[in-house]
Amino acid sequence: MTEAVIKIKFFASLREQVGQADAEVAESHASTVIEAWNSATNNMTMPENTLMAVNMDYVEASHAVKAGDEVAFFPPVTGG
Amino acid sequence: MLIEIKDAAFEPYQRLLDYQVSANFAGKYGATAVFVGSMREFNQGDDVEAMELEHYPGMTEKYLQKISEEAASKWDILDSLIVHRVGEMQPNDPIVLVAVWSAHRAAAFDASRYLMEELKSRAPFWKKESLSDKSRWVDKNT
Repeated sequence: MTEAVIKIKFFASLREQVGQADAEVAESHASTVIEAWNSATNNMTMPENTLMAVNMDYVEASHAVKAGDEVAFFPPVTGG
Repeated sequence: MLIEIKDAAFEPYQRLLDYQVSANFAGKYGATAVFVGSMREFNQGDDVEAMELEHYPGMTEKYLQKISEEAASKWDILDSLIVHRVGEMQPNDPIVLVAVWSAHRAAAFDASRYLMEELKSRAPFWKKESLSDKSRWVDKNT
């Protein structure tokens, strides 16, 4: 049986800084968004203005995550 | 209420007319507020030759739907339309169209401004500009 995973996505300049667009983190390695970041980036320091979303809704770094969740990290938005 | 993400150039005024015909609400509104945002050929003192607009597929639509529903609950509006470009674009290309229809002007003005401000501050889009000698991410919206 494959281990339950949390899907991670990085966008725009943050994707380039982290060096990957997608990652997976074992559920046993992360119970919050910030723990998912630490696991996926090998404890890279998160830029101060990073925005976070779980299942496409904005959340804070302390938000809980579980297997099957999609966790996204991205820089300040610049659309419009 | 409609959200569209387009990966090719679009003509905002034609899209507006087409939407009004398909919505079939002629006679129901007295005010239409329209905002069109276009790509400039300059930014921060530099000439910009092209731009790549990235987005977060799925979250973009979800967020724009959320603010459209918020606008409909805050103001007495008949309908709203948001169209936004992604992908490679050139100076003068339209980037965004926001239109709001209401019985009277105040609701259309206020709701369209709300949609644009929320889109600019929170919708997950990112611009990367190509200058003559390099490319750079736009780091924040004004």
